[in-house]
Order: sequence, then structure tokens, then C-alpha cells
Amino acid sequence: MAEERKRKPMIGLQSDTDWSEYRGVMVVVEQRAGVAKPVSWQLLGEARRLADKLDSPLLALVIGHQVQGLAREAGYHGADRVYVCDSPELASYRTRPYSRVCLYVIREYKPEIVLMGATYAGRDLAGAIATHLPTGLTADSTQLDVDEERLLLASRPAFSEKMLATILCKQFKPQMATARAGVFEALPRDETRSAEVVMVPPQIDPEDISTQVLGFVESLERGNLEDADVIVAGGRGLGGPGAFSLLKELADALGGEVGASRAAVDLGWIGHDHQVGQTGTTVRPRLYIAVGISGAVQHVVGMQNSTYIVAINKDSEAPIFRFANYGIKGDLFQIVPALAQAVRARRSGGLSPEGVLEQVSAAGRGE
Amino acid sequence: MLHLVVCIKQVPDSREIRIDPKTNTLVRLGVPAIINYYDLHGLEEALRLKDEFGARVTVVSMGPPSAEKALKQCISMGADEAVLVSDRAFAGADTLATSYVVALTIQKVEERWGTVDIVFCGKQTLDGDTGQVGPGVACRLDIDQLTYVEKLETLDLATREVTVHRHLEDGVERVKARLPVLITALAELNRPRRASLPGILRAARYQPIVWTTNDFPTIDRAKIGLRGSPTIVSKTWVPEPKQVQTQWVPSEDIAAAATALLDHLYSTDLPQKLGWA
Repeated sequence: MAEERKRKPMIGLQSDTDWSEYRGVMVVVEQRAGVAKPVSWQLLGEARRLADKLDSPLLALVIGHQVQGLAREAGYHGADRVYVCDSPELASYRTRPYSRVCLYVIREYKPEIVLMGATYAGRDLAGAIATHLPTGLTADSTQLDVDEERLLLASRPAFSEKMLATILCKQFKPQMATARAGVFEALPRDETRSAEVVMVPPQIDPEDISTQVLGFVESLERGNLEDADVIVAGGRGLGGPGAFSLLKELADALGGEVGASRAAVDLGWIGHDHQVGQTGTTVRPRLYIAVGISGAVQHVVGMQNSTYIVAINKDSEAPIFRFANYGIKGDLFQIVPALAQAVRARRSGGLSPEGVLEQVSAAGRGE
Repeated sequence: MLHLVVCIKQVPDSREIRIDPKTNTLVRLGVPAIINYYDLHGLEEALRLKDEFGARVTVVSMGPPSAEKALKQCISMGADEAVLVSDRAFAGADTLATSYVVALTIQKVEERWGTVDIVFCGKQTLDGDTGQVGPGVACRLDIDQLTYVEKLETLDLATREVTVHRHLEDGVERVKARLPVLITALAELNRPRRASLPGILRAARYQPIVWTTNDFPTIDRAKIGLRGSPTIVSKTWVPEPKQVQTQWVPSEDIAAAATALLDHLYSTDLPQKLGWA
């Protein structure tokens, strides 16, 4: 991907297909055990805007076992029509059976745009489908739009988030993209909305038994940064792995997850799963608390779209403060426990403001 | 004998790429070319299986002639053969066109050295970051894909079954599949070895096999390079991290600072959005 490179329309892949019958924006809903991933509803929210702009219906595709409830939910979240493929064989995600259902629906109902979450499963599935169709696929989009030629403008970070690139697919339909979790806003859930439901036959093939999901172990230790509403992240300023327990305490009080800068991960203080920013996870929580993080560009690009950013650092000149809505200059070893205490006190209700103050000052004194 | 193919790509070390603040363009001068980090984990896993079961490990790469250096590095680590697919006609390929050429290459490798049991790829490249070529290759070869693998638990040669741990956002999935399969590797999979002295000596003399379009009589030229790529980069730009006005919370009194910060946060829509009482 070179900068400012304009490609001429290709001759090679042009075909005689009449793409004009392709209409509608489709979101493939990702679920586990009947619970949708938040990114699916976020994508429906953004796709609603695209569909309205194109004057096209908003379509959802739900694949799984006993997922009828999700079809209704997709309607509540903005879909006009929901394709449902429900079969015991589809209980767990597997590439072949799921892609066969997607291919059937795409070929039968011809959406002009197909979107899915840029999750592990979503990227696994999208890569397979785009190859089979074939069509163009843009990974990890963070901005989506359509133009007057009905082209999908999918923009994504490039070169370790240092640049953004807008990718088009002019010659094929559907135009496909995966999009990151936390980027787009879901529509408010509206139970008065209802979507037309179209049942799709499962496309089972005997060879599917060659792959079996033996089990799933939920990781409680490993936080899920992408879906987190609150992240408390630590950097080099923590001085060692021990201080992450203070961050964990604050994160628990706020119902959030613990993140880290690359520096802290490289020093081996915490696992890579916690890394925010370049080569880590791009996050967009509602509240991001950066503790002892200086604010290197690579970190900032990975968290700058958080709704509110709080920075706690002993150096008031640290770049992180330029991106923070609220700044506290001081000793994190005092501030973080005091904050955790204050949050617990306020969230438990019951206490008068004076009582909170008293508890908090006790914590601040280290009692 | 097991036949393992490892797909690698030589990439610019994107961590070293800088943006020229004046022109807002990429500065690539002096940026070192490295083997895509995740591909090395694919190679290590193949070499680990070779150590345990005995195997032929063939490394393949599509890229410019300078990628020979990356392939020689794989030989020094213990790979048996290395194939570079290189032709100007391949330039400008997106993931769809790339997976076509890589799949053709693997088929040709099979004609030459026997059927392939496992294809290893990195989970994604550092320069493209898409993770789409692995699934694309699996599709074209019509084999099962096991993506984002963090552990290869067992390989049973009698039943030809492999059990792996796939990394997901919220946990780990154990999956069993029948060979042949394509596996995409995470960094957690293993720790790549250093080159051995005999490996370094062998690599010094080794000349990777180079194939061009002429070596693929059945290749469809409409499906390769720029022509065969459905996606187009229409524009690129440098995002400006948005600076905001920072509200400073006085911190002389720690407890008061904590309360003051919470007051600020409670005056926003956070309590409502997060369901704080």
C-alpha cells in the first residue's frame, strides 16, 4: 500500500455480471451460545446509516443454534430483514459450514455490502468468503461510508496505525469489510421495531465433520479490552509488575479491565493481551485512565477515541496530558488506591458525601 | 514423511517506519527488511514438529529478489528447501491475488516434493495487517483452516488429526481437525530458535529456488498482481491525534483529588452510560 497511489480500474477481473441487482447492506451477526458480540450491534448501527444513504434495506444474517431470539434482537437494533440459519451443526463457529451459509445467502439475496466484526472469528470467516466469491475485502475498518456511485469507502489503519487508507472495491459485489469493535455506536435498542425473518436452510456437507470444536475455556484472567467500557492502563511509570494490582483494584471498582503500554509489556510486567496501541489492541472505551504512561504516539493512536481520558502521571510535561480530558499530577501509588476507594464508596451509595470524604481521606493517608 | 510448508513474507519493519512531519509521507529510507514476525512462529512450529516426528520443511515466499535473504535465514534455522516466487507481474497484489499465487506455489511444491500435510502462515503481516491471505490460501487449496493458533496440543500421525488451541477475544477454543490443514500462528505459539552453526553454513551455500510466472503454465494472468486485485487504495492520510483541553485536578490533597475527579466524571454522561448508581 503506497501512499497517494491511484490504481487504474483493472481489466483482469472484470466480468459480465450485472451488479445492479445487488442491493442492501448486510451485517453478519457474531454470537456465542446465543449471545451476540457487541460489535455486531455496533455494525448494525453504522450500517443503518449506510443503508439509508443508499436507500437500501438493512439486512442481518444470524447463524447458530437456537438463535431465533437474536433475529428479534437484530430487528431491535435496526435490521429490516434478518436471515436466520439455525441448526445444531452450527452451534459452534467453524469456517466451512458458516462460510457455506454466508455464500448461499450472498448468492441468493445479493447484498451490495457485507460487513462483519474484525474479531478472530469474523476475520477467519470473511477471508474465506471473499476468496470463494471472489470479491475485495478490507480488513479492520475504522471508518465506513458510501459515495454517490454506491461504492463502499472503507478506511483502515495502515503501517502500524501511523496512517489511514481508504480502500475501494469497484469491480465486484458485494463489497466486503470487517470493522473493529468499539468504533461504531449501536442504535438504542427499540423493542417496537420488528424485522422480517427469512429462514435459510443449513448448508451441511459430510466433510464438515473433519473439524470439531472440542471445547471453549473462557479466560477470566485475560481481560477483553476491545469490548471494555472502562480501561485502567499502566505504563513504565508503575516501576514494576506489582503496581498492576493497584490498577486491577481500580478497574474492578469501575467494572473495567486492565490495559498496558507497550513499554510495560516489553518489560514483562504484564501479558501482551493487555497491550493497548500499536501491535496491541485499539480500544475505544467510554473511560480510559492512563496511569504512569508517558503517551507515545503509538499508544495514543490506540486509545485516543476513548470518550473520556484521565491521565495520572508525576510528570506534568508528559505528552499524555495533551490528550487527556482530566489530568492529575502526582504519585500514582497514592492516587490510584484513593480513587479506587472513592469509587467503591460512591458506587455502594448509602454514604453521605461527608462519609465518602472521610473514607477517602483515610485511604489517602494510607490507613 | 510429514511435509510441512511455511509461508513467509519479507516486510519492512513497520515499527521503524516514520512519518515525515513536513510532507506527511512515509519515510522508508533505511527501514530494515525483516521476516514477518508471526511467520517465524509458523516456521518454528514446523521445525519443532520436524524435531519430534521427522519432516520435510519447505518455505515459500512471494516477493522481490531481495527476499532471498529472508529465505536463507529460514534455511539457517533448519528449513530443508526454500522457494521464492518472484515476478514483476505479481507486483501490486492484494490479498486475493496473493493467495492465488501462494496456493499455486504450494501445489507446485506438492508436485515436486509430495503432498503437504500442514501449511503454516503467520496470523497476519506487519505491513498489511489483514490476516486474509492464510484463509484465502486454505480456501483455494480446499483444506481446513485453523487460524490464530496459540498452541499445537497434539499431532496424531496414525489418525492424521491435529488438536490446537485457537485464541479468541474471550477465551481459548480447542479444535481438532484432520490433515491436511492450514494453521496461522500467533506469537504465543512458541519461541523461534536461533540459527545453528551448521544451519548458517548451509544457508551460506544455499540458493533458494526461484519460480516466475513462466514456471506456472496454467496461471491465469488476469488473477495476479495489480490486475487481479479487486481492492484499490483510493487515498491515504496521517491521522492527527486530537488534542484536548485538559482540566487539571489539584492533587495537593490526595483524597480531595480523588473526590474531585469523581465529581467531574459523575457530571458527564458516564454514570448513565455505564450504569453507575
